Amino acid sequence: MQDWEVVIGLEIHTQLKTQSKIFSGASTAFGAAPNTQACAIDLGFPGVLPMVNEAVYAKAVAFGLGIGADINLVSVFDRKNYFYPDLPKGYQITQLASPIVVGGSVDIILRDGSSKTIRVTRAHLEEDAGKSMHEDYHGQTGVDLNRAGTPLLEIVSEPELSSAEEAVAYARYIHQLVTYLGVSDGDMSQGSLRCDANVSVRRPGAAALGTRTETKNVNSFRFLERAINFEIERQISVLESGGRIRQETRLYDPDKDETRPMRSKETATDYRYFPEPDLLPIHITAAYIDTIRQQMPELPGAKAQRFIDQYDLSAADALALASSVALADYFETVARVGNDAKLAANWVRVELLGLMNRESLSPSTATLTATPLTAEALGTLIARIKDGTISGKIAKGVFVALWTGAATDTDSYIADQGLTQVSDSSALGAILDTIIANNPQQAEQFRAGKTKLMGFFVGQVMQQTGGKANPQQVSELVNAKLMG
Amino acid sequence: MPIDIPVMQVNQAVVLTVAELTQLNIDAQDIDSYAADMTKVLAMVAQMQSVDTTGIEPMSNPQDAVQRLRADAVTETNQRDVFQQLAPETDAGFYLVPRVVE
Repeated sequence: MQDWEVVIGLEIHTQLKTQSKIFSGASTAFGAAPNTQACAIDLGFPGVLPMVNEAVYAKAVAFGLGIGADINLVSVFDRKNYFYPDLPKGYQITQLASPIVVGGSVDIILRDGSSKTIRVTRAHLEEDAGKSMHEDYHGQTGVDLNRAGTPLLEIVSEPELSSAEEAVAYARYIHQLVTYLGVSDGDMSQGSLRCDANVSVRRPGAAALGTRTETKNVNSFRFLERAINFEIERQISVLESGGRIRQETRLYDPDKDETRPMRSKETATDYRYFPEPDLLPIHITAAYIDTIRQQMPELPGAKAQRFIDQYDLSAADALALASSVALADYFETVARVGNDAKLAANWVRVELLGLMNRESLSPSTATLTATPLTAEALGTLIARIKDGTISGKIAKGVFVALWTGAATDTDSYIADQGLTQVSDSSALGAILDTIIANNPQQAEQFRAGKTKLMGFFVGQVMQQTGGKANPQQVSELVNAKLMG
Repeated sequence: MPIDIPVMQVNQAVVLTVAELTQLNIDAQDIDSYAADMTKVLAMVAQMQSVDTTGIEPMSNPQDAVQRLRADAVTETNQRDVFQQLAPETDAGFYLVPRVVE
């Protein structure tokens, strides 16, 4: 591997979070019955004209601002011609010469803690194609055009990624950014973010790039890492055995963990791009861009810094809690309701994320709202620890009960289950008197100065009260009774 | 006006390549007349290219107008049954086409 230098560029297609399609008023909702959301424009019926959705421009501009790119005040749609049944018009409307977003860069952080700046070449708007189903149609192909015309932003990186790890770090950053900005819902299981990886290898110091292959439509970070590593090893082994790399399009097969070439046509593809005659150039103004800029949410880095400054969190806590908007909002509500940011950070990061991790859940809005363990409920729980109503140990039980749904409300569960700390000194005193009477030897040793036995007495009281005693109050009582 | 740009002569091979790219079935007997027509079209383009365009900004559309954008709202209803009446073959809501596998 050290004898070879790897060069990777990524093209990331992200579906934009809009109600309607890029050129028609058909819905973009996922999961509808086939072809129920494909209108005459999506189907390419004669005589229809595309109508550009303003929201796709707002989202593309927000993304461009998020990576510090230039926004083209005049952008132009072009026609890319090719034939495939899931593209009924026979062409895709895209942007070639004048895309909306040009340049920009992102900083990725690698496992060894180092960082690297990756430049973005461009990001352009285009329409998604439909879906072809090759099974179950008696030797025919079934076509669902609901996805046809769904708005896409294709984000093209410079070929500056040097390993699968860097490529995945870059793709994850883009995923986090588009999700943060509300540009995309980022749901990869629904195809909201798909990567094409251009991979080549060359000898270090070689002036020219090696011949590249393009592995298309990889829809998870894990598969992206595997597909790139497979392709790197395949290319090196071909070259080291004296072969040549063919420039070709390949597909990654997760079942076999390999890439293989797509069937290539004898005639080279010629997309015959030309300016889209059905659409005029799109002009936007600096004032429009400013409006979008003012509506931009706080970005991940800025949010983490604010958490450090405002809540006095550690950098690790702040970065983890700012990793998704849903989690950050959840944490801030817990901190507000519980009135203790550090305790909130600890409970959310250690207890909640630990639990979600064990159940292989990601902290998305969906998972964070699907449980009775709402931010308000957890905030209340923290408030009850702070005001002495329950101990931290009891709180963990309430936490789990809220998560599983055994509890639906923090305060009523504490009351119903009788979990309130026993803070009545006379009641605790009576329990302690019995313990002292039953353990005269330990009591004598404690009086004689063996204060390590404090743990023994507190433990006994906790055991007898089912964990409901306040440990600090108990130790004060032990001191009062045995030393006073 | 003198034409000073050489005109490409379209031959049979070019016609066949273009036909394949555009997925058109053409009759062998028509190839020569297509070749002649296409050569004439290219001659016209060559004539246009002889115009001096120095200092003229390229345009993507001949109309001096700007595209209006529409609000992001769902305005279409499901009309699948109507559209699928025009399709040669459908099944369970899908359009059926000859098998394509990449």
